Amino acid sequence: MLTLLGLVALVVGFALRLNPLLVVLAAGVITGLASGMDLVQVVSAIGKAFTANRTMAVGWLVLPLVGVLERAGLREHADRVVRSIRVATAGRVLFVYFVARQVTSALGLTSLGGHAQMIRPLVAPMAEAAAERQTGEEPGSLPAPLRFWLRAHAAAADNVGLFFGEDIFVAIGSILLMKGFLAQNGYDLEPLDLAVWAIPTALLALVVHGGRLLALDRTLAKRAAAAGATEQP
Amino acid sequence: MIGVEPVYRLAGILVAIVAVASARDRTNPKRWRNTVFWGAYAASLLLGSHLPDFVNGCLVVTLVLVAAFGGLGQGAPRTTTLEERLASAKRFGHQVLLPALLVPAGTLLTTLVARRVQIGGGPLVDPKNVSLVALALAASVALLVAVRLLRQPALAPVREARRLMDLVGWAAVLPQMLAALGAVFALAGVGDRIAELLGRFVPLDDRFAVVSAYTLGMALFTMVMGNAFAAFPVMTTAIGLPLIVRRFGGDPAIMAALGMLSGFCGTLMTPMAANFNVVPAALLELPDRNAVIRAQVPTALVLLLGNTWLMYLCVFRR
Repeated sequence: MLTLLGLVALVVGFALRLNPLLVVLAAGVITGLASGMDLVQVVSAIGKAFTANRTMAVGWLVLPLVGVLERAGLREHADRVVRSIRVATAGRVLFVYFVARQVTSALGLTSLGGHAQMIRPLVAPMAEAAAERQTGEEPGSLPAPLRFWLRAHAAAADNVGLFFGEDIFVAIGSILLMKGFLAQNGYDLEPLDLAVWAIPTALLALVVHGGRLLALDRTLAKRAAAAGATEQP
Repeated sequence: MIGVEPVYRLAGILVAIVAVASARDRTNPKRWRNTVFWGAYAASLLLGSHLPDFVNGCLVVTLVLVAAFGGLGQGAPRTTTLEERLASAKRFGHQVLLPALLVPAGTLLTTLVARRVQIGGGPLVDPKNVSLVALALAASVALLVAVRLLRQPALAPVREARRLMDLVGWAAVLPQMLAALGAVFALAGVGDRIAELLGRFVPLDDRFAVVSAYTLGMALFTMVMGNAFAAFPVMTTAIGLPLIVRRFGGDPAIMAALGMLSGFCGTLMTPMAANFNVVPAALLELPDRNAVIRAQVPTALVLLLGNTWLMYLCVFRR
């Protein structure tokens, strides 16, 4: 059971918010030493596996392109496109973003979204503005709990769309990790074989989370009415 | 036959260019750290196949130490201003989207065509790595198209690559690091130990119990580790390969794909996945640090059940 010490190091290290690279290296070294390897053997084993998994680096080859497109105004263009879709409700704004996030992630364009670039400057304010129109509040006067609740859902829409979209793209890290790991264990598979099996879950996520986002409007109406009622004397 | 080695070399050249660009970047207070980090990573990509394992391991240790003690810096990006980008977006319109769409379309097309092309009695592209070769080709072609079509300066790809690699920073090598940890776990028999522990609770002769143990185990272990990439090798070594694939003859592709997605359900429910759950809560100024997780839990639980059911139905049908 001494070999499980590495797992303990991993959990403690992450809990202490140490640099994840350092935590992972330490966990590897502890596990290796605890199982009777010497330091040179452990470092060699890590070096061998790190090198064997270089397929994961292939994804970075799209970065120069992504950067050039950003430089040429891709994000500003996408911004305009999203704004030109005049949808009246908070739920629909988040639904449209969620679907767009999932579809672009499935095409490998995972850097088109994100909390810093899209949610804070664009999606959350749009959802909040729509909610104010829906509930008849003055601009900027949406009750704080509702505002925070909508913002949390905006961030969640990004995560769910990303997670259950990106695995359809063949060159994403998780697909390449699976390919590398299975190859080490004697199963040589094409990334496409793995990617097609992400599609059923992606569709389920689309239905379940998409449905939840569209249902936000009803909850919003109820919560706004309840908040309004408590304010009445 | 074109294998994956030229693709590694291409990625190595890209990272080496980033290392050189970092060294020349006087706006980055930690430029030499960035240079060493990207330089070591470039060496691993370019020379990894020819270096002894121990030297490769030392490159990894260098990456970790540089990133963990002192960290990497970011230079001032030499890119366009908002006004310029707005004008450019207005000028080019939907043309800006074209090179972006060329990557997935080109990858798919190249994959389909390359499978059929034979040279000297063998395939032109190594069939095991055809999608990676196709992606590298499509990304390179799309970059050329983007530079021409959108009238970008010749040095823009280098500057933009440096800007984005700086943004990604040390996280760029985390997936490979976690894969390496998984390999050490496998050598040390960690999966076997966990399988022993789980074996006391999982009825090994029941297919549904084994599938459930794997998907729920992926989700729980991901919640502990904060990362499905770390949980995948452990759970797959412990349950996925020995029980689902070898014992019951399950399909490894279906097992792996749905197992990873079950891990993603765990990622939605844990503060350990700080990038996704905790950072945005701070970024959106939410008083409750777990507000994003709270919004995600119902979806994550339904999808976890769905994955378990789907794997049970499909994995044993070859």
